[in-house]
Amino acid sequence: MPLYHNDDQAMLADSARGFMADEGAIAKQLRHFRDIACKDGFGHALWSQFAEMGFTGILVPEADGGLGMGHVEAGIVLEEIGRNLTPSPFLTSSVMAATALGAGGDDLRGRYLPGLLEGTSVYAVAIDEGPKHRPERIATSATRAGNGFKLSGTKSFVVQGASADMLVIAARTAGSDDDVDGITLFAVPKDAAGLSLDSVRLVDSAMAAHVKLDNVQLDADAVIGEVDGGRAVLNKVLSAGRVGAAAESVGVGMGAFDMTTTYLKQRKQFGKLIGEFQSLQHRAAHLYSELEIARAAVIKAQQLLDGGSDGPVSERAELMVSVAKAKAGQAAGLAVKEGVQMHGGIGMTDEYDIGLYMKRDRALAEFMGDQYYHAQRVAVLSGY
Amino acid sequence: MSDPDAFRAEARAWLEANCPPEMRAPVQSEEDVCWGGRNFKFKNPAQKAWLEACVAKGYTVPDWPVAYGGAGLTPAEAKIWREEMQRIGARPPLSSFGIWMLGPALLKFGTEEQKVHYLGQVARGEIRWCQGYSEPGSGSDLVSLQTFGEDKGDHWVVNGQKIWTSYADKADWIFCLVRTDKANKYQGISFLLFDMASPGVSTKPILLISGNSPFCETFFDNVSVPKEQLVGELNRGWDVAKYLLGHEREMISGAGGGDRMNTIGAILSRNGGVEDPLLRAELAMFDVDALAYGAMGEKFLDEVKVGKGHPAGSNMMKYAGTELNKRRHELLMAAGGSAALEWDSAASNGGSRARGWLRTKANSIEGGTSEVMLNVIAKRILDLPGA
Repeated sequence: MPLYHNDDQAMLADSARGFMADEGAIAKQLRHFRDIACKDGFGHALWSQFAEMGFTGILVPEADGGLGMGHVEAGIVLEEIGRNLTPSPFLTSSVMAATALGAGGDDLRGRYLPGLLEGTSVYAVAIDEGPKHRPERIATSATRAGNGFKLSGTKSFVVQGASADMLVIAARTAGSDDDVDGITLFAVPKDAAGLSLDSVRLVDSAMAAHVKLDNVQLDADAVIGEVDGGRAVLNKVLSAGRVGAAAESVGVGMGAFDMTTTYLKQRKQFGKLIGEFQSLQHRAAHLYSELEIARAAVIKAQQLLDGGSDGPVSERAELMVSVAKAKAGQAAGLAVKEGVQMHGGIGMTDEYDIGLYMKRDRALAEFMGDQYYHAQRVAVLSGY
Repeated sequence: MSDPDAFRAEARAWLEANCPPEMRAPVQSEEDVCWGGRNFKFKNPAQKAWLEACVAKGYTVPDWPVAYGGAGLTPAEAKIWREEMQRIGARPPLSSFGIWMLGPALLKFGTEEQKVHYLGQVARGEIRWCQGYSEPGSGSDLVSLQTFGEDKGDHWVVNGQKIWTSYADKADWIFCLVRTDKANKYQGISFLLFDMASPGVSTKPILLISGNSPFCETFFDNVSVPKEQLVGELNRGWDVAKYLLGHEREMISGAGGGDRMNTIGAILSRNGGVEDPLLRAELAMFDVDALAYGAMGEKFLDEVKVGKGHPAGSNMMKYAGTELNKRRHELLMAAGGSAALEWDSAASNGGSRARGWLRTKANSIEGGTSEVMLNVIAKRILDLPGA
């Protein structure tokens, strides 16, 4: 399969680009919800519009009422989200939770997918247990109790957790904290007794929750997939989240880059446009090259994920997903840092958007593992 | 195109039957490369058999038309072919500036007669080509070149000097930029082909820091070049030259080499392990970049085949690919420790790692420096002012 968008994907990119530039614009969404100190950090009206555009069901199979598309298509929407810094539950709900629910039975899918497709429900994913992404280690426990399970433990960096109607929670049903096996995924309703959330605002104005599970009693029908066999599903959710975050990062990087090159063509000093200075030209050209490479790595990873069967994620796909996340993090990180520097003093002001790109990039870099985590993973997957 | 699965099966079976086992191991040194040409000595029978098998099927140049010695594969088939070659680690049957550089230029600018004649020779590995571009006073500013061809009716008489002519001392023919109008800088250069055995051509190898001499100074002293050996229009050789440089940059960038071939962490750790955690971290970060660049190479080639890419994209590939390769060799030296310093011992295969490391320093100079590549990206892709 060639590594560029086919005609249908190019059409989707056109419509996503126009839609996000209009409806998801920084002034209309990010700044608005930030300035009113919104408890969700995003707008439910926009989420309904996402549903009208069909975005919410991109990864939901046609049999369940979705579009049955793949990670390439989800990534197209995410790149535009990144470019406009649009706050939305798309990545957590329509990419990660949808991937998890895909492994669930008819009952779970029937319970949760319609709300997602209609843009009336929001779902969150609770995996991390500390300040760094370390999903190999899961200590949150789920012990059998009555007809179901009792969950105890803590989760952190649960993006939009307090806005979610349901949380996908990875917990341990067997073995010790570092075991690969013995993981089970649960769909936990927001009103489950013993579930408490402490919602905090992050540097990028997104809301994330520290989640506490204190003997949360769940029926057996809350289990997504197989008891003790959740690692394979979790890996799918992680891969989806990672490649999705990488696509969003590329969008953030491209957005910052476009702002910066535009500025280089407008700002004058010493009687010249600053874009005439070769020191800035070379840095801009290097940055362009890094962003293009990151974008290529992302589409390669998306295609590998989409080309896989319904079985576990292939090792090749896992490798390229980590490459994509690491490379996109590096390139977007460079884009926002060069962006602020090349804007000079105004780059430090809240009034200019370039600083918002820097904040969003920082949060995305952490989400689902930073470049160090993923470079380490590349080493391990390569056998060293 | 044919059914992709059927073509893949066919390619796989043909490779299985025709690619000798010795040709499925990585190229270790310059000596393993098959360059072809009048004076080429095959290193072993397998190298010869592999070339002949590919020539018979047009597989030295799979995507060239059959009439010019190729196999006439579609872009999709050629991609499958590359993947199947990489799958078994098959070496290229023939390495040649004729394939990488002259070929694409002739396909675009040559007459039908020139294509049949010269491309056929290239495809069959009969003629080894070199490139006469740089001059002592014309490096990055190539268009200032002075080698002059004086019009003598049915031929030109060429005088001047080229430098950094790769393998000029081993080449049979040269494709050469020659000034044919002194009054017009850009539109006063012609693209000529001539035999290196012509009277008046001489070469002098240049000893490099690697201890090897892959480049030469090349001198032209009243060399007679028949007019039918002009490619493209008279005085419009700069257009041919620029087009060809795009392909040279692709070649130097290593695009299409396959992503796995460029990673190094796994290879180094098999050969004795990497104990230093900081070095291991550097290797991992390098492998991320190498794998990402591999995807970029694949995307770039896919886009080029259908005319989707930016016309200046090869500058970006060249810049990123050569800087990556220099970093790769710095890490190979660091991981090798004192063993990598050995210059001529048998154990070091004649100092191949150190010499290879030094050789890569030219990557970001030859075919346009990294700085020139960045200038071109700034101007032609980013449209920055005054660039």
